Parts: sequence; structure tokens; C-alpha cells
Amino acid sequence: MKLLSLIVVCLTGGLLLYGTADLPDWGDPNAPASLHLSNYYIENAIRDTEVPNLVTAVLADYRSIDTMLETAVVFCAGLACFLLLRDFTPKKDHHYRHVPTGVILHVKNPDRQVIVGNEFEDMDKEWLPPDTIIKTVCRMLIPFIQIYALYVVAHGDFSPGGGFQGGVILGSSFILLAISYNLKYLLKRVSEKFLGILSAAGVLVYMGIGLAAMVLGGNFLDYEKYAPIFGEHHIRALGMLGVEIGVGMSVTAVMVIIYINIVSEGKHDEGL
Amino acid sequence: MTELFMLIAAKYNYCLYVILMMIGLYAMIAKNNLMKKLVGMNIFQTAIILFYVSIGFKHNATIPIIMGDHGHGGHGAAINAADYMNPLPHVLMLTAIVVSVATLGVAMALCVKVYQRYQTLEEDELRMRLSEKIKL
Repeated sequence: MKLLSLIVVCLTGGLLLYGTADLPDWGDPNAPASLHLSNYYIENAIRDTEVPNLVTAVLADYRSIDTMLETAVVFCAGLACFLLLRDFTPKKDHHYRHVPTGVILHVKNPDRQVIVGNEFEDMDKEWLPPDTIIKTVCRMLIPFIQIYALYVVAHGDFSPGGGFQGGVILGSSFILLAISYNLKYLLKRVSEKFLGILSAAGVLVYMGIGLAAMVLGGNFLDYEKYAPIFGEHHIRALGMLGVEIGVGMSVTAVMVIIYINIVSEGKHDEGL
Repeated sequence: MTELFMLIAAKYNYCLYVILMMIGLYAMIAKNNLMKKLVGMNIFQTAIILFYVSIGFKHNATIPIIMGDHGHGGHGAAINAADYMNPLPHVLMLTAIVVSVATLGVAMALCVKVYQRYQTLEEDELRMRLSEKIKL
């Protein structure tokens, strides 16, 4: 079996290597890929959209419907993770931690209702106290990571960046919080319901901007039609910013949803 | 023989991507563990992403962000397309990277589900458990 697959792989690779002989040279300005459409984008994007970052101009204006459905794919992935893994069955054993002293209470009978005071908090068997150094460093870093993520989203039109990149950075800052403290600490600040709503709202913002342009009398996602409301100046850049914010919201929420469901196998307890 | 070496030297990047793709494809076909198959899939995706990005490259060109007078709605000298890299592969791969992360998440969720039910991610053991189930 291994030998057979090795032969198949080598055959495929050999054919592709043979095919590379016909590819244009690396970095050749006259390669077919850089002759037709991309030249139009490079020469006319500024006139058409007034956005200097061509990647964003192509992403959110020329190919905006593609990006919208790409966002919908990301949303669907988050939804699929949630539906596959989320486990709402209550756990059998209960552990409670006395916060000031660290004493742990273990309740084995699941039917008996135990009322604990405010000084106790719910915990899991696998709980380990988070390391002080890691906690402190992450507490100092996370605000800067989040500011940087917002900067990347907001400056997507004029410098490298955009909704996808900024959304991933923002999502990873939440994941860092979950790693350095624990999952429950994150979910106390960013609830699961909020994440679900945020991921759907991102797609809704994108589609809403497109539909509102139709209501105002243009085509789907025709940002020019917002000119009577927001003014002529850089109206396409403004529309793209709105769309990128929608993408960023959706990507942030989906990254966190995927993480919290996979690491805890859908139980959302403290482990890891 | 020297011609072959010249060819490889001129297009070594494509050769590297093909080798990367072969590694990923081999892992996807031959590895027994589902997680290793996923790693192989990601290596395969990386090879394709690198291939696309390197198609967009041009010598003596800069990143596809219009600079200086042209930016901010200026209408100075005409923009020369040879001065800027091809933005289209960057756009396609930008979305492809995020979607690949999302699909990896779904694949890992499926792996977690498989492990919860069969206590293994090895493919031959999985096949054994499945056939046992059918007999019962």
C-alpha cells in the first residue's frame, strides 16, 4: 500500500515537474498571468475606487460577491463546528473551588442540589492553576494585539491589511486569553451567545451593505449609491471599510468558536 | 544534462512547490492516522498557495499598493503596470488561507467526533471497529 501510494505520488510529481518546463520564468513581467486582467486592475483601480491598496480594491470591490460568499463559508464552518461538537449534557461530578484558600469540594451525587456560597466557584477535574508569568505577560500583551488587529482592519484600504487578517489577529488574542487563563475565564468575558451573534452579524453587515445599495437604486454592493448619504469623498473606500468590518467580525467570532469547541470537545469546561 | 540543470535553476521555486505538494499528497494517501492526513492536507494547501503567490511576482516591481502621488485620489503621471505586482493571486490566496483554517477546524471537529465514538484515529482500527459493528 505504501509502495503503491509512493509510486502514484512520484508519478504525479514527475508529471508536474515535467510541466513546469513550460511555465513562464519566475518574475517574468510578460507572463500570461500578468498581462490581461491584472494590468487593468493596476492601472484603473485608483481611478475606479480611489483605494491605493489594490488587494483590498480587488477583494472588496471588483470581486466583492466572491468575498461575501467566502465570508459565508467561514460562517458555515463555525456553525458546523458548533453543531458537531457542542455538548449540552450536564456533567455528573461537580467540583467546587474555595477561591481564597484553594480548598476543593467534590460532590459525587448529581441529583442532590448543592448550594455553595459566593466564595466557591465551579471547576473541573483537570483544572490547573495558571502560571503567574504567563498570565502577567499575556495580560500585558493582549490589549496591544487587539489594538493592532483593529488597526489592521481599519487601514485595510491604504496599507497592508483588511478584514480577514485583522479578524484572525483579533480572534487569536481571545484564544491567547483562553490559553493563558482558562476557557471559562474567556467565556465569562465573551459569552458563547455573543460569539454566535457576532459571526452571523458579520455576514449580515456585508449582505446588508449590498442590499442597502440595491434599495438606494444601484446594483448589489454598488458603493457609489451611498454618496447622497455619506458624501462623494472616498465613498468607495468607505463602503469597503464597512464590508471589511463585517468580514472581521465574522472571522473573529468563527476563530474563537472553532477553538473553544475543539479544545473542550464541546463541553466548554476549564481543561486546556 | 546541463540544460536540465539550467531549467531547474531558472524555475527552482516551482520545483520546490511540486516537492512540497508531493509530501502532502503522500501523507494524505499513505498515512494511517487521520490527524497526520490533515497535516498532509495542509502541506498540500500551502504548496498551492505558494505557487499562486509566486505566479503574481514580477521582477523590479513592488507590492500592489499604489504609492506617492497616485494614492489618495491623485491623478498625476500614469501608473505603469510593470511597477506593481499582480494583485489577483494575493486576493485569491488571502481568502483561501482563511477558508483553509475554517475547513481545518471542521475537519478537526469531525476527528474529535470519530475519536469520541471509536476511541481511535488510526484508519485500520477504525475499519475493524466498523466491521465489528456491522456483525453485531
